[in-house]
Parts: sequence; structure tokens; C-alpha cells
Amino acid sequence: MNPAWSVIFLTTLLGAGQGLFLALYAIDVGAANGLLALPGPTFYVGGATLALALLVTGLFSSFFHLGRPERAWRSAAKWRTSWLAREVIVLPAFMGAVFAYGAAHQLQAGDRICLWVGAAGTVLCIALFVCTAMIYACLKFLQEWHTTLTPLNYFLLGSASGFTLASVLAALVAPHAVNQLAIAALVLGALAYLGRLAALRRNARLRPMSSLATAIGVKHPHIEQKAQGFMGGSFNTREFFHGRTRETVRAVRWALLVLVFPVPAVMLGVSGENAFLLGAAFALQYVGLLAERWYFFAEANHPQNLYYQAIS
Amino acid sequence: MPTMPVTETKTTTCYMCACRCGIRVHLEDGKVRYIDGNPDHPLNQGVICAKGASGIMKQNSPARLTRPLRRRAGSERGAGEFEPISWDEAFRMLETRLAGIRATDPKKFALFTGRDQMQALTGMFARQFGTPNYAAHGGFCSVNMAAGMIYTIGGSFWEFGGPDLERAKLFVMLGTAEDHHSNPLKIAISKFKRRGGRFISVNPVRTGYSAIADEWVPVRPGTDGALLLAIIHEIIALGLYDREFLARYSNAGHLVIVDPDSERHGLIVTDEDSDPINRDYPQNQMWWDRLSGLAVLSHTEGADPALFGEFRLRNGMRVKPSFQLLAERVERCTAEWASEITGIPAATIRRLAHEMGITARDERIELPIAWTDCWGGEHESVTGRPVAFHAMRGLAAHSNGFHTTRALGILMSLLGTIDRPGGFRHKAPFPRAIPPTAKPPKGPQDVKPNTPLASLVLGWPGSPEDLFVDEAGRPVRIDKGFSWEYPLSVHGLMHNVITNAWRGDPYPIDTLMIFMANMAWNSTMNTLEVRKMLNDRNADGEHKIPFIVVCDAFQSEMTAFADLILPDTTYLERHDAMSLLDRPISEFDGPVDSVRVPVVAPSGECKPFQEVLIELAGRLKFPAFTKPDGGRKFRDYPDFIVNYETEPGSGMGFLAGWRGKDGDKSMLGAPNPKQWEMYAANNCVFHYKLPSSYQYMRNWNRGYMEWAQRARMRRYGEPILIHLYSEVLQRFRLAAQGKWPGRQPPEALRARVEKYFDPLPFWYPPLEVEATDALAYPLAAITQRPMAMYHSWDSQNAWLRQIHTHNYLFVNPATARARGVEDGGWMWVESQWGRVRCMARYSQAVEPGTVWTWNAIGKAPGAWNLAADANEARKGFLLNHLISDALPGGTSNSDPVTGQAGWYDVRVQIRPAAADEAQASWPEFTAVAPLPGTRGAP
Amino acid sequence: MTQLALVIDLNVCVGCHACVTSCKEWNTAGTAGPLTDQNPYEKDPTGTFFNRVQTFEVGVYPDTQTVHFPKSCLHCEDPPCVPVCPTGASYKRAEDGIVLVDADKCIGCKYCAWACPYGVRELDQQEKVMTKCTLCVDRIYDASLPERDRKPACVLACPTNARLFGDIHDPASAVSSAIRDNGGYALMPEWGTHPANHYLPRRKTEFRIHPDELKRVDNPLKVDGKLPKPAPGEPALDDVTTW
Ligand SMILES: Nc1nc2c(c(=O)[nH]1)N[C@H]1C(S)=C(S)[C@@H](COP(=O)(O)OP(=O)(O)OC[C@H]3O[C@@H](n4cnc5c(=O)[nH]c(N)nc54)[C@H](O)[C@@H]3O)O[C@H]1N2
Ligand SMILES: Nc1nc2c(c(=O)[nH]1)N[C@H]1C(S)=C(S)[C@@H](COP(=O)(O)OP(=O)(O)OC[C@H]3O[C@@H](n4cnc5c(=O)[nH]c(N)nc54)[C@H](O)[C@@H]3O)O[C@H]1N2
Ligand code: SF4
Ligand code: SF4
Ligand code: SF4
Ligand code: SF4
Ligand code: SF4
Ligand SMILES: [Mo]
Repeated sequence: MNPAWSVIFLTTLLGAGQGLFLALYAIDVGAANGLLALPGPTFYVGGATLALALLVTGLFSSFFHLGRPERAWRSAAKWRTSWLAREVIVLPAFMGAVFAYGAAHQLQAGDRICLWVGAAGTVLCIALFVCTAMIYACLKFLQEWHTTLTPLNYFLLGSASGFTLASVLAALVAPHAVNQLAIAALVLGALAYLGRLAALRRNARLRPMSSLATAIGVKHPHIEQKAQGFMGGSFNTREFFHGRTRETVRAVRWALLVLVFPVPAVMLGVSGENAFLLGAAFALQYVGLLAERWYFFAEANHPQNLYYQAIS
Repeated sequence: MPTMPVTETKTTTCYMCACRCGIRVHLEDGKVRYIDGNPDHPLNQGVICAKGASGIMKQNSPARLTRPLRRRAGSERGAGEFEPISWDEAFRMLETRLAGIRATDPKKFALFTGRDQMQALTGMFARQFGTPNYAAHGGFCSVNMAAGMIYTIGGSFWEFGGPDLERAKLFVMLGTAEDHHSNPLKIAISKFKRRGGRFISVNPVRTGYSAIADEWVPVRPGTDGALLLAIIHEIIALGLYDREFLARYSNAGHLVIVDPDSERHGLIVTDEDSDPINRDYPQNQMWWDRLSGLAVLSHTEGADPALFGEFRLRNGMRVKPSFQLLAERVERCTAEWASEITGIPAATIRRLAHEMGITARDERIELPIAWTDCWGGEHESVTGRPVAFHAMRGLAAHSNGFHTTRALGILMSLLGTIDRPGGFRHKAPFPRAIPPTAKPPKGPQDVKPNTPLASLVLGWPGSPEDLFVDEAGRPVRIDKGFSWEYPLSVHGLMHNVITNAWRGDPYPIDTLMIFMANMAWNSTMNTLEVRKMLNDRNADGEHKIPFIVVCDAFQSEMTAFADLILPDTTYLERHDAMSLLDRPISEFDGPVDSVRVPVVAPSGECKPFQEVLIELAGRLKFPAFTKPDGGRKFRDYPDFIVNYETEPGSGMGFLAGWRGKDGDKSMLGAPNPKQWEMYAANNCVFHYKLPSSYQYMRNWNRGYMEWAQRARMRRYGEPILIHLYSEVLQRFRLAAQGKWPGRQPPEALRARVEKYFDPLPFWYPPLEVEATDALAYPLAAITQRPMAMYHSWDSQNAWLRQIHTHNYLFVNPATARARGVEDGGWMWVESQWGRVRCMARYSQAVEPGTVWTWNAIGKAPGAWNLAADANEARKGFLLNHLISDALPGGTSNSDPVTGQAGWYDVRVQIRPAAADEAQASWPEFTAVAPLPGTRGAP
Repeated sequence: MTQLALVIDLNVCVGCHACVTSCKEWNTAGTAGPLTDQNPYEKDPTGTFFNRVQTFEVGVYPDTQTVHFPKSCLHCEDPPCVPVCPTGASYKRAEDGIVLVDADKCIGCKYCAWACPYGVRELDQQEKVMTKCTLCVDRIYDASLPERDRKPACVLACPTNARLFGDIHDPASAVSSAIRDNGGYALMPEWGTHPANHYLPRRKTEFRIHPDELKRVDNPLKVDGKLPKPAPGEPALDDVTTW
């Protein structure tokens, strides 16, 4: 596929926002259970605000993906069948939950309410992860995406980045929680990394189900396209293939392999409560996630490309 | 569902190409909204093609010329700097100039026309003007196919006849990519295949039609002659020929004088005591009756000619039947011999012959149609042999194409497939006499100031006396047509006009008028040099070709070189007649002519070229256009078409339908003032269906012949025997050998004429191949027609240009790899004449000794009002830069018999372009800005 | 249930592109339009088409097949492009199985195109909505057209009649029997989309020569006394025996 920045930002920003929310709630639950000291409301309110900001920015970015953004309101209609429609419903619901959660903390609504609102938010958060990821994972002929690793990784990668971000926030307003958050971020990062490696490994071994032979229905080992019917490009040549060199794609892959986990992990390890270093760790990890998402799209080999290989 | 907002539908005739399908133009408030095929039209039966369905985008093209333009004083030709002028001014310029030429030396006006279909009118204009320097595109197009066949069977493929796929069982197509009969041929091939017919394509390349052939026979370019001769060899050796047919309907049994010392060597024996009936087409030729063992008049009742043997006449003359000579000729043309030349395995060649022969013999067709032959023989049925052929420029566009085409005509005749069901069928006005009766002027004395030519401009020489040469045997035409260099150049040699005029050889001219031809680009060989010639000047600063007029509808490459541009209408904006006097759209079952009527108003100041001609003819007071009182005879073109008669009261005019005062006559009849309206009301087409007994065997069908004479489609009613052996050619050979009592070629040309005027077909390597170092230039380079583009004129079409935005050179991977050329990589293609940089595309569908590209996709920057960096100009290329119009020694790169341009003879080498070279096609040209009046022009 | 579809006969398609431009022409002027073009007279011209004809080469020289391959929306019976559409702009008509895009509802999210394995949907660059073959739904039911014109534009245009149109659920229809009789197949069957459009494969007519057909009773060489005989000079029994 040809990675679209709008979608890359949408999914990574949502992921970070969702992860951040999960981190907030984890601290909340942990504190409620006496596992750690209760941070002040600024942590939650600030966190919820930040998470909301990420979600809004992601949503905003998604509009650039639409040809007719003014009609975006129509996009919830087919929630029964479309993961995209479901995402369109769950996303605002989750944003509402995050808002409510922040508001509950701001208004000091009390532990129970905060926790219940948070629990609802968590359900929506996970639902959102599933919806977002299933948009891709449900397309069975996009074999690279059609795997449970896709929702798993969306969840893990988003969570890892959110926890990293939460540790930055903690360094600023709730330093005593930094350690736990950083450790959690490391653990989630490690899991996400494993998950992503597993996906890479799986995809490297995929054998495409479709071939030129099934695409045109002629059985022969030697089939070559000579003309695709037009020569100046079309939607089909622009949308489904990145058009980059193999070297570029490989470089992006290295960037993701290095930036998604190893580098942030080291920085998380050494930064202590230094908000600046933690911030840098998050920034680098986020860049890694942009690379990851770019690669996620780029590596998906759409069977339609069988029909768009050569001009003459 | 809402419906298309169409307010009106009109029918007319397409001219996105020369096929001329019937179309329906659907209009919304006078604007074209949608064009589709007319289901009630006999030619295309409702279908349309990619071009036809894109007609709207041609109508809306930004390259449309809308105003008469004059080259800006002081600007160079080719730079494209013009200023608009009025039509009045344009006509004044033309009138003054042309009147001057006509009054002094009419030859100095040359009118050449390209992809048009109004040769009856343009030819008439030239004749009335009195200039012999007129021809249409046929000479660079496919004259070999026309002449080779017409001199053999009295008809040809193309607009003259075609394969009867309705009844054929085996269809063999040689060297055809798209052809003029585009839609009907597609309709027919598909029905043929669906019926289970077997389709074999002989072609170095497998595209288009060949793609759906049951068998593809890759052949080396220029070698089909050898293949056909080997098949003929096999057919004769195994006795797979149709003896009955040949004996009666060809000159197979006619006795040829075999006496090398005689003045009459090689001529057919006539019985001097018998009435020849028609001196031009003598009927007193003789057979050797194998039953009585005597020489008898041919077609003597009860006689049967010997086809083989050698006989002595009573006067001691040694004679052989022409079939014997043919058999001797192909004796050594074995499959093995042909295999070496063609690259086709000998076993395949034999099998092809066997398939043809067996299918022809065993699948005989018999239709219950009674008919009478020209000798009075009554036949209860029409029989046929279901083997059909089709061939086009793959055979024609080689300098050995005339003989190759003759070989094909002979093979078709041996199989017994001429104008019979399942084989080849003629289309009216064919068949014609061999050779047809029209003759060109005979010498300089026939060209006189202020006087129309006594004869037609173009014609069909039957002997050296019909050549158009002076006392010394030198050419009189600017293109050297009908000279000893190209005696049977029945369509002229348009590809030599610019070079000859530039050289002043045979003489300089004054005004060159080009209509509908892009001669600064794709219809010219040696394109780079020709573009220079067009702008070249004498020492006195005057252009070598002093005045160039171009009539075009679009800003082509050619318009930039004009001194005066006349903006034509498009096909949707004008009247046109596809006349029986010209190139009609006849069907097998009878004559068909058609018209175009305007469906929208002309854009800007566009004026149909027809109107320009009628106007000029009136102003110049051509006799046929002037009343006895000196007044103008025809108001305009529609008026001319309706009222013109070939002779006063002949009842014969441009259109055959709805003649007579009330439109109740056809073929002949008084002018009908409502004729256009009646055509318009009848799908713009007139179809005359012959009774079925006149539909077959027309060369020898008495009923048909009499009908054709009555309809004045033919002068004579004599049967048209197939010329297996061409006495016409032998006459020229005798002249070359000094044995002809009349005209003889100049010394320098004797050997050439003697060699190529062989009365029997033979194969020789194309002239250019003989003049090329095969080690340095080992590959044949050819082009072919893309179905979705017409020559150079569709790059202005926003839809079609997306399909062919630029072109590649297709190379067999084995050939390419051996030379380091990569798929998609930039490469050089070099011939001994020039070079081109382009991109390579590997293809398994091309014979390894051949490279090819789509014709005329590459464009000069700025032409057609495309952006200067358009793909056509930067990545596209024109193969013509590699092709020369002259061979070493200066003769034209043309067939030595017909003057047909040898487009497909060039030999090239290929190599990769260096990594540091520009990734753009070469040669490069400076961009021409949009001309005034075109969209986007300042 | 009716399922309208095209059946494309690769055995006769010559790759002429008539179906491509006639489709463009009808649809750009009709209710599905406009189908816009970008850079129409500039570098890299591009535009929206519902139907494209591609070319493939199968095999290695000299056993090469050139296959012209027209492709438009296949109107899948189980179309993956429909359920994914969040707005319902993409839908499959119950009455005739045509898969359509409602241009007024479409938000241009391209998701349906991602969900189509065949690469037949095109987002119009200017209109910013998804487009695709409509099976000329605005033609085939148009009662103002004469009966014979109520067929898709591409079908009417095709000079080789390689495009058949009809109801593949009606076993008696011409398209159904074409599929049955000529080995009609679907593209990429592996994805279970059950395309309604089918393709008919190349069918080869061969010729067998029986040796006796070459030794003919009607051989005209007999008449001319020329039937192949050994030359008198060649060895014969006469040279070696006397009796
Ligand atoms: N290399 C190579 N060269 C070839 C060939 C080949 O096979 N290979 N083929 C040759 C053959 S067979 C031919 S016929 C020639 C064709 O070559 P040309 O006769 O040059 O054909 P076009 O390029 O189509 O140019 C015709 C001109 O007609 C103009 N035109 C179009 N419509 C109208 C109209 O309605 N009115 C007027 N007045 N003008 C109009 C176009 O704008 C264009 O300038 O090319 C020859 N050149
Ligand atoms: N769409 C479209 N239709 C057209 C035209 C167009 O430009 N576009 N042009 C029209 C004109 S003016 C003409 S003259 C006709 C020409 O119609 P065609 O004769 O069909 O056209 P060409 O493209 O010249 O095709 C020649 C074929 O001969 C093959 N060939 C070349 N050399 C040899 C050879 O030595 N032997 C054999 N067996 N094959 C050979 C080439 O590969 C090619 O397939 O088409 C007309 N129709
Ligand atoms: S074949 Fe030629 S005349 Fe017929 S529709 Fe196509 S462009 Fe028009
Ligand atoms: S119109 Fe017919 S023959 Fe031409 S490309 Fe389309 S399907 Fe094939
Ligand atoms: S071909 Fe593609 S667009 Fe058409 S119905 Fe099937 S999945 Fe949908
Ligand atoms: S692009 Fe339009 S039709 Fe396609 S999924 Fe999005 S809204 Fe639906
Ligand atoms: S059915 Fe109509 S919309 Fe579909 S490809 Fe054919 S012409 Fe185009
Ligand atoms: Mo031509």
C-alpha cells in the first residue's frame, strides 16, 4: 500500500492517546489498591487533557484522508458491518470517556466514580484498539494485516508509547510514579517489540495466495504484464504501492527496529526522573512508531498490484 | 434513474479513421454529448472503436485551428510564428499565386493529400488545374497491396475487397495489425472464431488480431515472398491446386512464347486470325488443348488447356502454358529454401501448405445460385473453397512487396478462392480490368498552361507507352511517378515530394499544398532532414520550396512549416462524400457509398477544405466549374456534389443513392436537389444489394458484367482473367532488354527494370537490406498501428493519449540481453541513416531478429498543443528518424515496381544508453508555441 | 434472484480499447459522471476510467500468447467492498446484484477500494468520490431508449462482441450458457468473493492432417500426367530380372 500520512498520524496519535489513558487508569487502580502513592489531580487532569489532545489531533489528521470531509458525519451509518464505522462511533465515545475521566478527577468526584468512569474508558479504549486494528486486519487478502498480531500490536505499540508518555508526564507532575510507569513502558515496549518482530517474521514468510495466474485465470508459470491500459498513472498505481526504492523501505524498517524499542528502552533505563530525557525517549519512540506505521502500510502487498506492474 | 439529457440525435459518418463507420451523435442543446455506433449501418452494425468513441475529445481538442494563419514575415519555417488573416486575404493570396502558375507552368503547383477520402475531388481539382503533381497517401501507404493484387486478380484487400469470413474455415492473415476495415474485420474475425474457424497469423509480432490467432507464425520481416513461393511450390507439387478453376478463370493454360531471341519472348500467344474483340484486353489468346493436342483459342467449347508441358506451334514457335512457367519458377523454392530465409521451420511451411490445400479441397462450398459465365457457360451453383486470406502493410511496406503481394494473389488463385464463397470477395467497383483502363498522362506535352489534363492524373500503366516520361525517358512528375524508376507507381510517391522539390529534381516547384498529412513528422522518412529541407533557402534567400500551404484541422508538426495555414473543419462539422468515384465503403454484396453531414456548426472560422477547393476552382475558372457564360457553376460543395455529372447528362455523379429528380433512381440518374437530405434521413449511407447471382465470380460473371456496364461502373464487359503470369510486366522487361518496339528505359535503368519486371513472382531481399551491412545492423525495425490511435493525430485526444502516452521499443529478451539492454532501460537504436534514443520493453511476442514500436506516438514538443514536457515528446520517439527516403546511390527507398515506400526495410543495431546520458528521447526539438486561434494561445 | 454481469470472452478480445473509451464517454456524460481527467494535455495524463484493458504475455517465445484482458468491477456476489463502507455509499442492489456507489453519500475514504482485491475502483481526483463500473445502470433500464440500446455502453461498442451481458442466475440466459459451455471462470477465486463477471478462456482450433488427405483421388496432376513418379532413370525391377 501507499502509506498515507493522515492515517499514519491518526493511528499513532490515537495509539499514544489510548496508551496514555490506560497508563493513567493503571496508576489510578494501583493507587486505589495502595500499590503506590496517589498522584495529585494534575496528573490525571493533565494526562486526560493530553490524551484528549492526541485523540483530537489524530481525528483531525484523519480528515485529510477523506475526499469529502464535510460528509464525515455519514460515516457511522454502517456500524453493523464496517469496522471503520465502528471506529467512528467508538472514538468519540472514548474521547467522551477520557473527558469524563479528566473531569471527574478535576471535580474531585470521588474514587469510586473516577474508577468507574475509568473502567468504562478502558473498555472503550480497548474497543477502539480493536476497531482501529480490525479495519486493517479484517481485509483477508491483505495477508500481512490479516492476523491477530495486528490488533495485538496496535494495542501493545499504542500502550507502550502511551506509558512512555505517561512517564514523561509523571516526571513533571508526579515524580514518584515515574519508575513504575517507566518499568511498565519497558515491559509493554518489550512485548510490543516481540509482537512486531513476530509479525515481521510472519510476513516475511508469507506466500501470496494470489498470483498472476489466478488474477487473470491463465495457468502458466511464465506470465508477464506488458500494459496496464494507461501510462500516466491512475488511482490504482498511486494508492496501492509506495513507489519507493527497496533501500528506502529497508531504511524505514531499520528505523522502526531501532527506534520503536531498543533506543527508548535504553533511554528509559538511564533517564531516571529526568523529564527531558524521558521526553526525548518518547519523541524517538514516536518517530519509531511513525516508521512502524509507514512500514505497516508499505509492506502490505495488495493483490490488486498484480494488475498494475508494467506499462507500454 | 435519470436519463441522459440528450435533446437530439443525428446520424453521420465517423472519421476518426478511414474505416468510416456509421455513428449516432447525441446532442444536448447543440453540443455533442455522446457518440455511439449506428446499429443500422451496414459497415459497423452498431459497434464503435476506441477512437470513434473518443470523438468528443477531438472536437474539444486544444490543438484545433480556428483561423487562417500566415507565417509571420521574417520568421523561420518550423518556428511556428503566425498571424491570423481573413479568408478573403487567404483566397486572394492563393488565387493570385495559383492563377500565375496555371497560366505559365502548371507543374509548379503540387497538391498532395494524406489521410483523406476525397481523392475524386482533389484529383479532379489537380486535373482541372492542369498539374500532374498530385497524389494521395497511397504511395507511402500500401500501393504494393493495391497494385500487386489488382495486376493479378483485378482487385485487392483494403477498400477493394476482403476475406469472406462468413463462410471461410481457414483464415490466414499476413502482416496486418489493424487495417482500414477496422471494425468490420473485428466483427468478422470474432464471428469466424466463434464458429470454430481456424485462424493463422503470419507476423513477426503478436499483438491485436494476431493475439487471438490459433497459431502464430513468426516470420522475419521482408521474407513473406519466400514463404508464399514455398507454399505455392508445395501446393503444385502435391496437386492441391484447383485445376478446374485455374484452367477456366486464370491464364494458367495460356500459352507463352518461349523464345529468348524473339521480340515477342514472354508474351502470350494470340491468334492473329481471330477477333481480339478488345485490343486493350485481347480475347484471342490461346490454349494448348490437351484433349485434341492442338493450339486453340482459349475457352474454346469442349477444349481443356494443358497446364504443363512445352509445345511447338505450327509456325514453329515454342510455347509453354503459364502454369508450367510458374511451376518452373517455384521448382527450387522448397520449404527448406524458404526456411533459411524466413526463419520458419520447413515442416511448418509444409504443414501450412497442406492445411490450406486440404481445407480448400475437402471443404468445398456449393451454394444453390445459378449464374452464367462470360463465355456463356451456365452454372447451376456457385462453388467455393473456404480458405481466406488477408494481408496489409506487413507485405506491402517492403521494397519487395509488389512481388510478394503477387505471390499471395497467385496462391489465393491456386487454391481457387477468388470472388468465391469462403475465399476472397471483391467490393464494387472492383473487380476491374487488368490493368484498369485509366492511364496517366503520357509525356510533357500533356501538361499545358491554363488547360486541364487530358487524362486522369493517376492511372494504371499497361505497357511502357503508358509511362509519364519525356523523350529521354526522364520523369515528368515531381515525385517521379510513372517513370522508369517506378513504372507502376499507381498512387504516386508522396514520400519523395519534399526531397525532390528541395533538390529541384526533376525540377523546382513553386507551391506545395498539403492537405491532411503530417509530412514534417510521421508521413515522411528521414524526418530530421526533411524538416530542414522545408525551411531551406537558395543563395538568393528565397525558400527552395517557395510557398507551402497546409490545410489541417489541428496544430500538427506540419503546420509549423506552412506559409499559409487553412483551418479545416472536423468530421462533425462538414459535408463529405465517400463516393463510388473514389474509395467507397462497398460490401461484398454490392456497392455502398456514404456521406457525412454536419452535426454541429464549424468552430471559429474553420472552413471545409472541400469548400476551399470549390471556391478556388470557381475563382480560377476551371472548365468543369464554370458556366459557359463564365459564371460560377457551383455555389458550394453540397451543391457541387448534387449537381456535378461526369459528363453533361451522364446521370453519373459522386453519389449513387437517391438520384433522379425525385430520388427514386440509384446508381445513375439526374441530379436530385434533395439528395443530401435523403442520405441524412437514411443513416447517411446508400447500399445497393446485387442479386445473389451477381455476387460471386464477378471477374467472369456475364450478368454482373452487364449490370456493371449498365451502371457505368465498368467500360468493358470482357472477363477479367487472373494473371498468374503477368504479360504487363513482361512488356516492361522486353523494353529493358531492348526488344520492345516502343519506349525503352534509359541505359542506367535497363538492368533494374529487367530484373524487377519479372512476369512471375520472385523473392529478393528488400533493397535496403541488400544495401546494409548485416553485421553492423542485424535487426529489422518495424512499426505497427495501435488500435486506439490514428497515426499522429490522436495525441491531442485527452482520453486516447492516456492509453498511449509514449512508446517503447519492443525487443525479444534474448536479443536485448545479448546486447546489455535492460527492460525499461534507455537505449540507442541506430540505423545507417540515423539514431534514436528510447526506452526498451522486453517482449516474448516478437521474433528475435525484429524490434518494433507503435507508430507515430512520439511527438515534437508543443505540437498538438501539448505541454512542451509532455511524455510524447520526452519519452516518446518516432522511428522515422531511422528510415531513409533514399538508398545509397540516390534512388528512392521504394519498391522498384510501384514506388511503395519501404518503411519496414530498415535495419538497426541496439545498445544501452550510458548511465550519465539524459533520460529522454532523442532527437530533441525546440518547442513550438500554441498557434493563434488554438486554445491557450496568446 | 437476478445477478447481472458481464462475461468477457478472451478468445475474441483483440484489445482494441473500444470498451474503455465508450465506457468513459457514456459515464462521463451520464449520471455517474463526470469522470475527470488530470493533466489532460500535459505531462503524465491521468484520469478516471471504469474499465481498462490490459495486456499480458503468457509463455516464452515462440510459444507466446498475447492476452488482452479487459477489467472492470466484477459485481461480486459476496463483495468485500460493500460491508466495509462506513457510510453505506457502497451497496449491492438486491434486485439485480449490481454493486454501486452512491456518489452523494461517499466520503471518499477509499476503504472500499482497499477492500477490493481486483483494483477496479477509482477515486475520482477531482470529484473526490469513489467511482466504479455501474453496469450502466442508467442505460439498461432506460425506457426512453430503444430496447436494443438497453445494454451497457461497452457491450454495445465491442467490435468483437467479446462482452456478453445478462443474468448469470438465470440458467437459460446466454451468459449462463456461455459460462457453462466454454469454461467460464472467475478471477482470484481464492478470496471467496464470487465475482459475477466471468471470463471465457482462449479456445484453440486445431487442424489434423491425415496422410491420405494428401494422396488424393482428385489430384489434378493426374489430368496433367504429372503424378509424382520415379524418373525413368531410377533403378527398377527391370534392371535386375528377366523372365
Ligand atoms: N515509421 C512509419 N511511418 C509511417 C507508417 C508506418 O507504418 N511506419 N505508415 C505510413 C502510412 S501507411 C500512412 S497512411 C502515413 C500517415 O501519415 P499522415 O498522413 O501524416 O497521417 P497523420 O499523422 O494522421 O496526419 C494527418 C493530418 O491530418 C490532420 N487532420 C485530422 N483530421 C483532419 C481533418 O478533418 N481535416 C484536415 N484538413 N486535417 C485533418 C491531422 O491533424 C494530421 O496533421 O504514415 C506513414 N508513416
Ligand atoms: N487504429 C488505427 N487504425 C489504422 C491506422 C492507424 O493509425 N490506427 N492507420 C490506417 C492506415 S493509413 C493503414 S495504411 C492501415 C495499415 O494497416 P496494417 O497493415 O494492419 O498496419 P501496420 O501497422 O502497418 O501493420 C503491419 C503489420 O505487419 C507486420 N509486419 C511488418 N513487417 C512484416 C513482414 O515482413 N511480414 C509480415 N508477415 N508481417 C510484417 C507488423 O508487425 C504489423 O503487425 O491501418 C489503418 N488503420
Ligand atoms: S473504426 Fe474508424 S471510422 Fe469506425 S468508429 Fe473507429 S475511428 Fe470511427
Ligand atoms: S471492446 Fe471488446 S475487443 Fe475491444 S478491448 Fe474491449 S472487450 Fe476487447
Ligand atoms: S470487483 Fe471489487 S469493487 Fe467490484 S464488487 Fe467485487 S470487490 Fe467490489
Ligand atoms: S470511499 Fe465512499 S464508497 Fe468507499 S468506503 Fe468510503 S464512503 Fe464508502
Ligand atoms: S458496464 Fe457500463 S460502466 Fe461498466 S464497464 Fe461497461 S460501460 Fe463501463
Ligand atoms: Mo496508410
